[in-house]
Amino acid sequence: MLKFLIEKEFKQIFRNPYLLRLIIVMPFMVLLVLPLAANFEVKNINLSIIDNNHSPYSERLIHKISSSGYFKITDVSSSYEKALYSIEQDVADIILEIPSQFEQELVKEKSSNLLISANSVNGTKGGLGSVYLAGIVSDFSNEIREEWIQSSNRITTPSFTIVQQYRYNPHLEYPIYMVPALVVMLLTQICGFLPALNIVAEKEKGTIEQMNVTPVKKFTLILSKLIPYWVIGFAVLTICFGVAFLFYGLFPLGNLSTIYLFASIYVLAISGLGLVVSNYANTIQQAMFMMFFFVMTMIFLSGLYTPVNSMPDWAQFISRFSPLKYFIQVMRLVYLKGSSLTELLPKFFALIGFAIFFNAWAVLSYRKSK
Amino acid sequence: MKAISVNNIYRNYGDVEALIDISFEVEQGEIFGIIGPDGAGKTTLFRILTTLLLADKGSATVDGCDVIKDFKLIRNRVGYMPGRFSLYLDLTVEENLNFFATVFNTTIEENYYLIEDIYKQLEPFKDRRASALSGGMKQKLALCCSLIHKPTVLFLDEPTTGVDPVSRKELWEMLKKLKQQGISILVSTPYMDEAEMCDRIALIQNGNFLKIDTPKNIVNQFDNILWALSSNRMYDLLNDLRNHPKIKSCYAFGDSHHITISTDNFLLNDLNIFLNEKGHKDIEISPIKASIEDCFMQLTN
Repeated sequence: MLKFLIEKEFKQIFRNPYLLRLIIVMPFMVLLVLPLAANFEVKNINLSIIDNNHSPYSERLIHKISSSGYFKITDVSSSYEKALYSIEQDVADIILEIPSQFEQELVKEKSSNLLISANSVNGTKGGLGSVYLAGIVSDFSNEIREEWIQSSNRITTPSFTIVQQYRYNPHLEYPIYMVPALVVMLLTQICGFLPALNIVAEKEKGTIEQMNVTPVKKFTLILSKLIPYWVIGFAVLTICFGVAFLFYGLFPLGNLSTIYLFASIYVLAISGLGLVVSNYANTIQQAMFMMFFFVMTMIFLSGLYTPVNSMPDWAQFISRFSPLKYFIQVMRLVYLKGSSLTELLPKFFALIGFAIFFNAWAVLSYRKSK
Repeated sequence: MKAISVNNIYRNYGDVEALIDISFEVEQGEIFGIIGPDGAGKTTLFRILTTLLLADKGSATVDGCDVIKDFKLIRNRVGYMPGRFSLYLDLTVEENLNFFATVFNTTIEENYYLIEDIYKQLEPFKDRRASALSGGMKQKLALCCSLIHKPTVLFLDEPTTGVDPVSRKELWEMLKKLKQQGISILVSTPYMDEAEMCDRIALIQNGNFLKIDTPKNIVNQFDNILWALSSNRMYDLLNDLRNHPKIKSCYAFGDSHHITISTDNFLLNDLNIFLNEKGHKDIEISPIKASIEDCFMQLTN
């Protein structure tokens, strides 16, 4: 019986002109475009410079900034007011003011002050921009200090350097961090959204009523709705592995079977959530909106874009209830760190918990609606 | 054993009482019609009998099976054709029929003789998707799908609503053939003229059965004098007739108005004179035999 029902579902899916194409195009779109577009690295910051000093030192500083690659000097103003105007006109993002006694102070008093003023309407750009700028300035001051030490030939201050080593993602490449996590988002949409919408569509069209008068058991009917999307979900997962390897040279350090195991539990959990939604929604519109509400909240709290650890305590607490969080962590750990199942056991049980919770809720809410 | 037996079924939706203590029985091999306007409670009754909805009170059996206890048995034995077309629009005619056959653990070939007459008309379009069928064709396909497992009782909820007159007539002829195969049929319709096609009918309004009998008996029990009238100003005619003290009721019926007279000493001629005074021309008055619709109007009054 189940065989015929699944056959029918596949027939309908393959006959839907948009669904199948979308399912195939989506992994490429998400994995190829999103990590590049949603990059938090800030470049091309427009800088306005007020050089009140016009000395060799100030020129050296400006040259150092412009050759860093992060900044574009788009404005040179004579006063702070004028520079501020260029920020208002959106010509500049950051102002650097060099005081008129810059070189003299440096030489005489061995220290001087610079003003960095950033437009923080775009917080990331303003914040990161001023941090980069401050970094360049401090590099500059170290340079000068070393020159003086060499020229005066005496050791005054002990100095040390920090060598940074980034484990698991040595070059801090954004796609390497994002790609494993984006796969989770895809799986959520295919195995969570699609079966829920499919069931609600049958409700909306009235076809489910016709099915309910047949001897087909409700459980069989629902399984026949889920299995095709599970199959598609795993196919897409496999496509994703291929895309990640081909375009980013990414291959999990850990075992692929660990990922498939976690994926199967995760898919069970998320399609359970889909069933819950399909029980409460009577129209596709309602179902869409409910799914978006849950999935959006879960994505933002999952640590997909921003680390969970930097969220406020209450948000960190809520994030425990996002199944996405656990699977995203698992994906990153297996891909980048090569973690094995034994190290991931707590997350494994968490996902099993979600699967039981959502499916129990689905069964209960189904009974109630009847 | 009765095909359907209903005892004091009651069901409400919040404040709205959809069915109020309904009781009736359908004999085996009978075409039983539920006749009533939209919102009378017809679909609710069908949904309860096909185990899709639970009644608040009362009990019912279909083919000897209780609608609550033996719902699984009922689902194997009945055919249900909902008022709204509910087959898969993205499957073809043949695929739909095949699908419903397999769902009931049977094949098209096994019960082909039941649907042969209907399916023959569909056969030229068997590779066409259900979404591309005309209204009448859709209904024929839906009927085929609800028959393919050879049900003992067939439930048809408004099968002729939105179907052209020719297809309507064909559909009723098919039902008569199915009856000869021993299938009991419960059919609902808002069209009073279809009542005569049924062996027995129940007139339903606001969740109440007004009367259960054969169409013939219901018509024969009509005990008022009934006249059909028309004139050149039909709307004024309706108002004038309704204001006349000796006229009990007056309803618009297509191209004429039907009136019932309250006393015997009111002659056709008296009415003619009255209408002439009101300035009506081309007046035509004729005594007629009551139809089911006239009986329904009388009962609801």
